[in-house]
Amino acid sequence: MSIEALIIAQFEQVAQEQNKILATLQPETTLIESGLDSLCMAIIVARLEDALGVDPFNTAEDVDFPVTLGDFVKFYENAATK
Amino acid sequence: MLRPSSPGSLWHAVAAAAGPSRRTLWGAEAGVELAELFERSSLGDGREVLCGRSVLLATEGQLTAALALIELDGVARRIVLCPPDLPPEHVDFVMAGAAIDAVVADRATPAVHAAPVGFVVACCPETRPAAFSTGPGVATEWVLLTSGTTGLPKLVAHNFATLTAPVQRAGPLAQAAVWSTFYDIRRYGGLQILLRALLGGGSMVLSSANEPVGEFLRRAARHRITHISGTPSHWRRAMMSPEARQFDPHYVRLSGEIADQAILDRLAAFFPRAGVAHAFASTEAGVAFEVGDGRAGFPAQLIRQSGAAVEMKIEEGSLRIRSPRTALGYLGGDDAPLAAADGFVDTGDMVEQQGERCFFVGRKGGIINVGGQKVHPEEVEAVINAHPSVDMAMVRSRRSPITGAIVVADVVLRDGFPLDGDRADAEILKRDIAEFCGRVLPAQKVPAVIRFVPSLDVTAAGKLARR
Repeated sequence: MSIEALIIAQFEQVAQEQNKILATLQPETTLIESGLDSLCMAIIVARLEDALGVDPFNTAEDVDFPVTLGDFVKFYENAATK
Repeated sequence: MLRPSSPGSLWHAVAAAAGPSRRTLWGAEAGVELAELFERSSLGDGREVLCGRSVLLATEGQLTAALALIELDGVARRIVLCPPDLPPEHVDFVMAGAAIDAVVADRATPAVHAAPVGFVVACCPETRPAAFSTGPGVATEWVLLTSGTTGLPKLVAHNFATLTAPVQRAGPLAQAAVWSTFYDIRRYGGLQILLRALLGGGSMVLSSANEPVGEFLRRAARHRITHISGTPSHWRRAMMSPEARQFDPHYVRLSGEIADQAILDRLAAFFPRAGVAHAFASTEAGVAFEVGDGRAGFPAQLIRQSGAAVEMKIEEGSLRIRSPRTALGYLGGDDAPLAAADGFVDTGDMVEQQGERCFFVGRKGGIINVGGQKVHPEEVEAVINAHPSVDMAMVRSRRSPITGAIVVADVVLRDGFPLDGDRADAEILKRDIAEFCGRVLPAQKVPAVIRFVPSLDVTAAGKLARR
């Protein structure tokens, strides 16, 4: 599974677990408007760390945190290829 | 040789409780009839030199520790009960704090043999003849060690009166009682059981640190134990042993950790003829109460009951206790006073009232902060433990770049650790456990990640090892 597919699968699963209505996910969808709250994001980040072995929020030299889903995917892709 | 004359001493209480004939203390390898101690001594002639001294009781075995306690209360000035897992590097600190000038040891206590004291007295279960004369009797201080926040142990001073205040003296039914406990008797929870056996007129089966659980349970069954205590972690482990089916106790007691509804229900089903009770006690505060109605938590009316032997109040969420069972104070070290100016001891155990019932929710320092919302690991564990597939769970904090921390759970399944081939099933079960939690807990308390583990570590004190 590609990193993008893995991330989208996590968004969908956590939304379902937390009873959140997920916005239609496009690369330009902002995380704020995704329908997920900060607890959901915390869960996704923890599970992605387990699945990919990286937590770019903790390790990235890039100080700009992702704003859109596209940023978020790139953020993980960059961290995973290092 | 001096026999204590003070009627408040342990030996007098042992002798007064139905007489010590046919009453036995059984250790892992040997048993000693209490009647032997009328004319014989486990300390032999060495006992004379312990008169009036501050004694480090550093035996490896629990049987020798129990015998020495019976013989030295009212004789020694102070007895420090050294648990078998005291790290060797802490021995000097304990000896200095308690001004130790004599040591009682059995065969294998190397850390103490190197210690700079004048007197080392051997204690052994093979009692030797000894003549006794009646001495003046002293109010011996008993010192228990608890883990301190700095890593060094705290020295908690009690005496015969504070330790035995919660114990009912001999009743007609108690005399046939055979007590046992998973605890070491050099910890408060285990010592309370020893004192119940000795003062109540019963016998006791002592556990041993090196003995496998199954072996201990076989021994307990062989001696037909009637009353047995342990922590919920002890009990969860015991119920996995086939040997636990071999005995039929009248009374099963839990203490030392929060007794959740799941463990109370499992014990009641496992031992259908036993009364299952859970007690709350701490080394510093003493025994506060015992609940026998089979429900988790305790009646709210126990709080602020006027004229009660044990007074309790909740301040800043934590349970405070004042009673004649409370310890006298700390020895040595720079610890804050044990009790507040009003005499109440802060147990550090957080309590929440729901209607007419109070529930323990966790420890003061153990709170997980999820985005500003507080989560007690224990309240989440209680919910996970109620899931039919779960044997036990440990909830801990995991750092999160988003919310500061999230809740994660390590879970031991009743049917054992899932194999790699069962991966898909394992994922479904994890989701089911999370959903189970979500039905009763707010979202921040539901574990974000669940991990199945083959087992969870339990400390020497019988509590879940939290890291």
